Amino acid sequence: MTTNLLIWLIPLPPVLAFFLIVLFTNRSKTLSHTIAVGAALLSWLASMIVIFQAINTDKFGLHPFTSSIPWLPTGTTYLRIGVLVDPLTAVTLFFVAWTVLMIFIYSVGYHNFGQPKGDHDRPGLQPHGANISDPQGFKHRVLSIEPMYSRFFAFIALFAFGMYTLVVSDNLLTLFIGWEIMGLCSYLLIGFWYAKPSARAAMIKAFLTTRVGDVFMLLGIAYLYTATGTLTYRVIFSQPVLNTLVNTSSGFFGLSAAALIGILLFIGTVGKSAQWPLHVWLPDAMEGPTPVSAMIHAATMVSAGVYMVIRMFPLMSAGFQPGHLTPPMMAMAVIGTFTAIFAATIAVAQNDIKRVLAYSTISQLGFMIAALGIGAYVAAVFHLVTHAFFKALLFLGSGSVIHGVEHGVLHTGEEIDPQNMFNMGGLRKKMPVTFWTFLIGGFALSGFPILTAGFWSKDEILADSFAHALPVFIILALAAFLTAFYTMRQITLTFLGKARTESAHHAHETPWTMTLPLVVLAIFAVAFGWSGINKEFPLLGGLLPNFIHDFVGSTLAELPEELVFSYIPLLTSLVVALGGLFLGWWVYRDYKAGEVDPVQKALGSVYTVLKNKYYFDELYDTIFVRPAVWMAVIFSSLWMDRKVIDGILHWFAHITGVIGSFLRNAIDKPIINGTADWVGDTTKKIGSLFRTIQTGRIQQYMILALVSFAAFSALFYYLLILAH
Amino acid sequence: MIPLSWYLVFSAALFSIGLYGVLARKNAVAILMGIELMLNAVNINLVAFWRYRTPQMIGGQAFAVIVFAVAAAEVAVGLALIISVYRRRDSVAADEIDLMKW
Repeated sequence: MTTNLLIWLIPLPPVLAFFLIVLFTNRSKTLSHTIAVGAALLSWLASMIVIFQAINTDKFGLHPFTSSIPWLPTGTTYLRIGVLVDPLTAVTLFFVAWTVLMIFIYSVGYHNFGQPKGDHDRPGLQPHGANISDPQGFKHRVLSIEPMYSRFFAFIALFAFGMYTLVVSDNLLTLFIGWEIMGLCSYLLIGFWYAKPSARAAMIKAFLTTRVGDVFMLLGIAYLYTATGTLTYRVIFSQPVLNTLVNTSSGFFGLSAAALIGILLFIGTVGKSAQWPLHVWLPDAMEGPTPVSAMIHAATMVSAGVYMVIRMFPLMSAGFQPGHLTPPMMAMAVIGTFTAIFAATIAVAQNDIKRVLAYSTISQLGFMIAALGIGAYVAAVFHLVTHAFFKALLFLGSGSVIHGVEHGVLHTGEEIDPQNMFNMGGLRKKMPVTFWTFLIGGFALSGFPILTAGFWSKDEILADSFAHALPVFIILALAAFLTAFYTMRQITLTFLGKARTESAHHAHETPWTMTLPLVVLAIFAVAFGWSGINKEFPLLGGLLPNFIHDFVGSTLAELPEELVFSYIPLLTSLVVALGGLFLGWWVYRDYKAGEVDPVQKALGSVYTVLKNKYYFDELYDTIFVRPAVWMAVIFSSLWMDRKVIDGILHWFAHITGVIGSFLRNAIDKPIINGTADWVGDTTKKIGSLFRTIQTGRIQQYMILALVSFAAFSALFYYLLILAH
Repeated sequence: MIPLSWYLVFSAALFSIGLYGVLARKNAVAILMGIELMLNAVNINLVAFWRYRTPQMIGGQAFAVIVFAVAAAEVAVGLALIISVYRRRDSVAADEIDLMKW
């Protein structure tokens, strides 16, 4: 099998699994998850083979694997679709394949496979747990299996298909198709427990918010197609096409065509990767099952947004001169930096274990976007990959924590929120595997020096921003400090200290299907960083080749120069990471159940603002949602529909009624009916007049006949003979 | 030879007697008999005209024979009706049979 054919086949197994499960095997939970995990494994295998061959190809950046077929005839030309694996795709494919496979395996344990059915579990609601009695006759309350188990695997298989399609495609059209498939799947999965009103609201919010970005992105794609006549990356990124785009004016705000397309495409990313101001959907997406959160936050959806801008970077940066950012890059630098600090501050004041992670995702995506905005292409890719690994790890870890605490909740029968970190504590001993892996993930997120992958990638971004844009550097460093702080706050509250509730005391380590993915991802969260160590880094530099820089950098037309090493960003990143971690531990080390959150004491009213996420939900509710509801309910339905349109219709009905009754009373009844009645009556009268001669006596009839005959004869005789 | 007009006068007389019988008699059987007289008056007319006008053709005689046949059939049906009425109403008086009234 040739490599190109294999690339075409990578997205295929998950979509086949989706249809198989939906159409045939959905009644069998075992068969369904076997098919889904098997499909993920096949795609993973194909991806690994392709990546292996890519790494072993000499000058791969210049000779990527591509193949395409003509698809839609457009006039005299064809719209071609195809696949492309260049270094960027290979790296993306690497983390997608691994995280997707791990999430699939994890889902088996997360949805309590092998547990009994719940007593009153219903499709559309979280499993409530089941009562069982053991051989000794003791009654236990245990976790119960998800009622819509097969459906879940069908959906995430389709999700994986969307991501694989997006990653391997060689043009914006199929990328957009994959993009939208993921939009649909995120909608379906965020609202997986559709009987919960909050889940329904979250699914609609996610769908509509990303849709705002997608519309702009589609406009950008359309403009690009109009301007160049093609959507294939390699054609767009050729120097003549880029030059034409830069030199064409778009007619909007003095932007060049390249700049306007770049900004439109970037707005698509703002929606998909939850950048400010379209970030509101991502925290609410926590309503879905935890593997879905990991899927959305690490493996697929938000990474897809960043992947797209990285992919379009040659277009975004077309006309870039050092010291003078292009408009799309400027937009990315500003929005990315702002989002990084903005989301980091909110995360400090959240209590839900998953919500903290959600805001950290937004913040880290801001890092990537900001890095790309200042031209740090390789750093953005590096952070995208490491982030995917440690964020998938953290989400799966938090799911494991919640799962363990839920076990305790069922055991003790307490009425507490199993996701609130303040209800946890002391889980270190209860769930050792989860603790250690979560610790690795958290340290990677904070950028714990040397050991973790997050340090290397974040350091790279900081170093790049220090060299190119000092304000960005300062803000990102502050965001990195907050990141370390809230991560340690989370770890301390969840795992360290003593159990603050009975449920946390009775928490239990999760099954191997959940811990195995954690371990695998933890390995990557540490080891992947070693592939991107700057050559000039003290002591460690040069021990390992800077693989990421050489490999990913070769995607671009000219290999970006490796940064000159500087101690200032390194020291900064050491200080912010260790300082944040220490502060987080120090503040929360003695936290007791029922106390006020120390951050709340320190920040006062600012805390309330952060807790309420700067009131963005309320703001959007006031600006967009309520006017829309008002338009629909009051204006369209009540006024326009019921009053104006119904009013006109009712007026017509009334007038028609009046005309009708006039016609009936003035014409129909007297004239038409009168005539008909008169004819009938007269006929009746004549009839009763004549019936008197009907005696029934035959002889009278005969006499009558005879007389008449005689009379007629006489008449004829007179007329015919005597008259002549 | 007896002139044709005598036959015609005779047949007219016979027809009138029959007609009077039909109109005046109460008994339905008698009315039938009156009808027979009228039919035979017609037959005399037919045969007389045949003999005096077209003796070489057979049409008059054939017509008279058909009238006999029809008269016989009519009497058969008529008598059957009268018997049927008699069985139901115990009477053969024509003015009591007024079922045809509305």
